Amino acid sequence: MKAKWLLAAGLLPLFATHASAADKVKIGLITTLSGPEAVMGNPMRDSANLALSMLGGKIGGLPAEIVFGDDQQKPDMGRQQAEKMLKKDKVNFITGMLGSNVLLAVYRQVIGAHTILISANAGPHQLAGKMCSPYFFAMGSQNDEAPEAMGHYLIAHHVDDVYVMAPNYAAGHDMISGFKRTYKGKIAGEVYTTFGQHDYQAEISQIRAAKPKAVFVFYPGGMGIQFVKQYAEFGLKKDIPLYSVYTVDPGTLKAEREAALGNYDASFWGADLDIARSQQYVAAFTKKYHYTPPNYGAVTFDAIFAIDSAVKAVHGDLSNKKGMIAALEKANFPSVRGNFAFNTNHFPIENFYLFTVVKTADGKESLKKRETIFTAHKDAYASECPMTKK
Amino acid sequence: MLLLLVQAFNGLQFGVMLFLMAAGLTLVFGIMNVVNLAHGSLYMVGAYVCAETYVATHSFLLAIPAGLLAALATGVIIEIGIFRALYTRDHLDQVLATFGLTLMFNDLVRIIWGSDAIYATVPKFLAGQVVIIPGAPYPAYRLAIIVVGLAVAALLYLIIARTRYGMIIRAGASNRVMAGALGANIVVLYTVVFALGALLAGLAGLMAGPIFTVASGMGDSILILAFVVIVIGGIGSIRGAFIAALAVGFIDTMGRAYLRPLFGLFLPSTAADNAGPAVASMLIYIVMAAVLFFRPQGLFPPRMR
Repeated sequence: MKAKWLLAAGLLPLFATHASAADKVKIGLITTLSGPEAVMGNPMRDSANLALSMLGGKIGGLPAEIVFGDDQQKPDMGRQQAEKMLKKDKVNFITGMLGSNVLLAVYRQVIGAHTILISANAGPHQLAGKMCSPYFFAMGSQNDEAPEAMGHYLIAHHVDDVYVMAPNYAAGHDMISGFKRTYKGKIAGEVYTTFGQHDYQAEISQIRAAKPKAVFVFYPGGMGIQFVKQYAEFGLKKDIPLYSVYTVDPGTLKAEREAALGNYDASFWGADLDIARSQQYVAAFTKKYHYTPPNYGAVTFDAIFAIDSAVKAVHGDLSNKKGMIAALEKANFPSVRGNFAFNTNHFPIENFYLFTVVKTADGKESLKKRETIFTAHKDAYASECPMTKK
Repeated sequence: MLLLLVQAFNGLQFGVMLFLMAAGLTLVFGIMNVVNLAHGSLYMVGAYVCAETYVATHSFLLAIPAGLLAALATGVIIEIGIFRALYTRDHLDQVLATFGLTLMFNDLVRIIWGSDAIYATVPKFLAGQVVIIPGAPYPAYRLAIIVVGLAVAALLYLIIARTRYGMIIRAGASNRVMAGALGANIVVLYTVVFALGALLAGLAGLMAGPIFTVASGMGDSILILAFVVIVIGGIGSIRGAFIAALAVGFIDTMGRAYLRPLFGLFLPSTAADNAGPAVASMLIYIVMAAVLFFRPQGLFPPRMR
């Protein structure tokens, strides 16, 4: 009798903690919040906070908290943060994931813990194909897609002698292979540089000597700022137009300024898109943070609302992971991209646009949509994903 | 062939920047026998104060003395406040203390200026390009870096080889105890040498600002390169630092430009794409290892008696 009571008393606190854990939704957001690449990570943090405040601090009707973790753009730091979020914070979702290198490093760990992982930027090809998982969703795009759009555009406009460059890491190789999938002209040179390199004068001199018709690059964040500035500094811009992906965005443009004027960048989202939800987001973001959000922010904003829709669908039962995954697959939330759906591999089906840098009336540089390159575009790897076959 | 000349020019610009960093480091190490890992922090202080002053006042000419003064003042303060207690300690204590300083300075700039990087622009009067090699206009700002760097190298040579104080510095580098016994005021000499090194690091930092990213921890990567330079050149030797800095600048630039095409000759293209940048970033360390193996004292060590 006595033993039974003791047992019940011992179990009581266990029930208590379980109940309180289910009362609150915890989202872990891992991105780069310090150093030169924070220019991409900070808008992710701000957009997540904005989304949560627009939802009245609640996710799916439950009180919610976002735990932020700075990966310093290092895969091992990302792993540490994920470990902490899984074990100590006991988060229900992990999102963020600016860099493909960080995402690939934490992937097995998070998926293995059966925690839903939603990348708000990185989309390495492995995860769209063979390594896809029910627990993983990519909110942004598969890495190859924006370059595919740019390659498609260049060939359509008879630019057939292009010099290509990217940093030597997972996403860099994805971007170039995506570009080559649609671009069938001559590759004047293909160069991979050290990740995080500051100075590109040696490479820029090589470009000038090769005399291509155009240059295509992928240099995200701080690397992009350096490259775009130095490309203009060496006087190449007026002779050889610069086409890029994830290199010119409202964040980096603040530093690139006139050096980026006239450059082209392909993306699935830009702040000037004529989509009601997107304009609502841009207006609310600009009002709260006083700067124009880049695509990294817009996607994170979508990710928080996607999580909200999933928790709503299961009526706050966070242990019903199957239910939440099924709800996420429906993409039943208002997206800044207007029409938005998930493919069978949990990667988006969305449009891709060409943007160009123009000077606005107030003398600032801004990205302006020129045309739609792809409509409802799917990535090239979905057929390799086991989830597609079933 | 012209391209090779252009790349040599690029290498010269990088080398000159490295020299400014390495000169201070080699003086401090050679004369005071102190391993100063905080040297990169002085570079960062120069870059930050210059960039911030430039952004605030829109005057680069005002930002230059501000950056120099800040680096100089920081140098003198840490020499008097911290380094004087370290001279008699062994190298491990010095490494620990100065590494701690680096961490402190990195966080200090985060507290003062935030964790976002600052992107200063090139001043208007140096914004264009200059045609030196036909068909390859060179940015005027980078040309200015080369000119300033070479002028500073010449000035340093004159001070060290031709003036009385330079003689004392050389004496200190060759034999500190003897120099002190002969009446040189070692305490003042140390402060002056350290201040000079801080000034040079600050100069390198403020010139790097407009073309590189001004961010917390920016001094760490160039500090490593500066150590490579002084190890190759011979610790304590300004002449060695100069030649080694230019050599490292050339080797790094040429590696980045030509290693990938070279590997492409005998490797499949994907392997060459991966190995090219990887080996290019290792190249100078390979050279350093070779120098250490065949000539551990460096290429131009100061004469010791």
